[in-house]
Amino acid sequence: MTTEGLRRVAIDAVTRVEGHGKVTLLLDEADEIKQARFHIIEFRGFERYVQGRPYWEMPVLVQRLCGICPVSHHLAAAKAMDMVVGVPRQLTATGEKMRRLMHYGQTFQSHALHFFHLVSPDLLFGFDADPAIRNVIGVATDERFAHLAVQGVMMRKYGQEIIEATAGKKVHGTGAIPGGINRHLAAERKEHFKSQIDQMLTWSKDALELCKGYSRENLERLAPFGTMPMNSMSIVREDGTFDLYDGNLRAIDPEGNTIFDQVLPENYTDVIAEEVKSWSYMKFPFIKELGPEKGWYRVGPLARINCCDRIDTPLAEEQRAEFIEELGGGKPVQVTMAYHWARMIETLHAAEKIAELLDDPDLMEGERVAEGEHVPEGVGIIEAPRGTLIHHYRIGQDDTVQMCNLIVSTTHNNEPMNQSVRKVAADELSGKQITEGLLNHLEVAIRAYDPCLSCATHAVGKMPLEVVLLDSNGRELDRVAT
Amino acid sequence: MGILILAWGNIARQDDGLGPAVAAEAERWALPGVRISIDYQLHVEDSHAISEAGSVIFVDASTEGDEPFSWQPVKPTEEISFSSHSIRPPSLLGLSKTCFGTAPEAWMLAIRGYRFEPFTEGLTPGASRNLEAAVAFLREQLTEAAA
Repeated sequence: MTTEGLRRVAIDAVTRVEGHGKVTLLLDEADEIKQARFHIIEFRGFERYVQGRPYWEMPVLVQRLCGICPVSHHLAAAKAMDMVVGVPRQLTATGEKMRRLMHYGQTFQSHALHFFHLVSPDLLFGFDADPAIRNVIGVATDERFAHLAVQGVMMRKYGQEIIEATAGKKVHGTGAIPGGINRHLAAERKEHFKSQIDQMLTWSKDALELCKGYSRENLERLAPFGTMPMNSMSIVREDGTFDLYDGNLRAIDPEGNTIFDQVLPENYTDVIAEEVKSWSYMKFPFIKELGPEKGWYRVGPLARINCCDRIDTPLAEEQRAEFIEELGGGKPVQVTMAYHWARMIETLHAAEKIAELLDDPDLMEGERVAEGEHVPEGVGIIEAPRGTLIHHYRIGQDDTVQMCNLIVSTTHNNEPMNQSVRKVAADELSGKQITEGLLNHLEVAIRAYDPCLSCATHAVGKMPLEVVLLDSNGRELDRVAT
Repeated sequence: MGILILAWGNIARQDDGLGPAVAAEAERWALPGVRISIDYQLHVEDSHAISEAGSVIFVDASTEGDEPFSWQPVKPTEEISFSSHSIRPPSLLGLSKTCFGTAPEAWMLAIRGYRFEPFTEGLTPGASRNLEAAVAFLREQLTEAAA
């Protein structure tokens, strides 16, 4: 940006989020924020990569998108291929339950990692704390919090072990196949998971209480932080019940009014379109009925808790009802920082569902695969840890992929993250001398969404934090690296 | 206890697949007391596995440095630039020590790669040659350790 009298601040790249990202702030001479943008700096190419490959390879191949939530892509692709092989939502009990167990394991470990290792340093030490201690080692070496770092590691490990037991291995798992699953759960693995599930439930409840306590104590500070009224979207069951694995699309406005409901996965293009902007590789999806200006929406834990009518596990349902009443007054919660609270409700739900499934004999025996009449197109939608994930494929006569479109969670959240960045920039930075602590405020807002930028742009990389101050002519005034 | 080999990299990024390629070869040897983990990147939960190992060998591709590979000891650090996408071996050892009270001896086997284009499979000819040398070296190290 070279507008006269303005200067640019770039946070390049954002730390403690997954992948590459950059924030640029355009300041005038009085340090007032004139523009704030959250950029993606990698190029997107995965959809082309899979063209020409056999359709049955997709559930394995898509895991190369990135190593952060390969299970979500594995399952979304498998669900799309269920449609292609003619058995959408018609899996055997074993097929569906094994996939669900895999997915709850993924959600459990992903949320635990995000809360304990990426977010807790901000909450425990403060947004402005010294970066030298504002990290997971800082948490682990502080005797008040050391147990939290250990819990985070062990919860993550538990979820990863479930993935390994259901998908076959941590990398390039092959468990989900078109029409079902290729294995049962081994008896010794089930007993291993059962022996630890009570501990996982206890830690999930404790983490939720920690998050709630922090949120309540700091609500005055947190409530406006990056907060804007936003639409919410997720999948829900036909009766409106929360479901991370399967359902139809529902969107609501900030007041809780329905925008659309029970839109089948294969009809997602009836209600969602994607806008391209020149300054970002990531697209900006919007609700067609409302248009790009007003139709943007959030996805992920907060959107899911907002959209659903109930949760089908008792502990999480109790927490959901309390959350909506306390923070939303019975309406959808708009507090961006409440993503963390919602995420921990989902962690508890995932633990409850794992406990429930481990008592189910269908995991150990029964038909694994269903078969039907093939069709040339498939759409799979799943609620990944970070939000709604859409996989859409067209298959040619030769059984190879002709077209692939993926809308990942972070892409849905692109405009909400930009809105939150603008809000924090305007509220917290405008007119002040920019410091590392203040810049971290922007990152705190972005981290609330738990973005996976690698996934959204389909590349993998490192994430040093670099802040560059440029004047209106592009001349470097200052540079800070961490 | 035993030896833990932690190898990582993305086989869909050309020479970034060097780590998994070495580990896949080591898996075929089926050596007693050697545990092998292959992943896209290191994860925080690897710190727990590290704390239970007698020694650790990290295996990754390197974008610069010695050819065909380098072999260096790794020490734990409490300095950390952390995301779940890229936690470095010294930080993992630091986490192992901090969270679980121990950090075993560890080495880094860094094999020189040359091209890392996304969504491109297969090692370059140079990386393939380096792989061969690294595999032979690792076999020697493991054989010596077993003796």
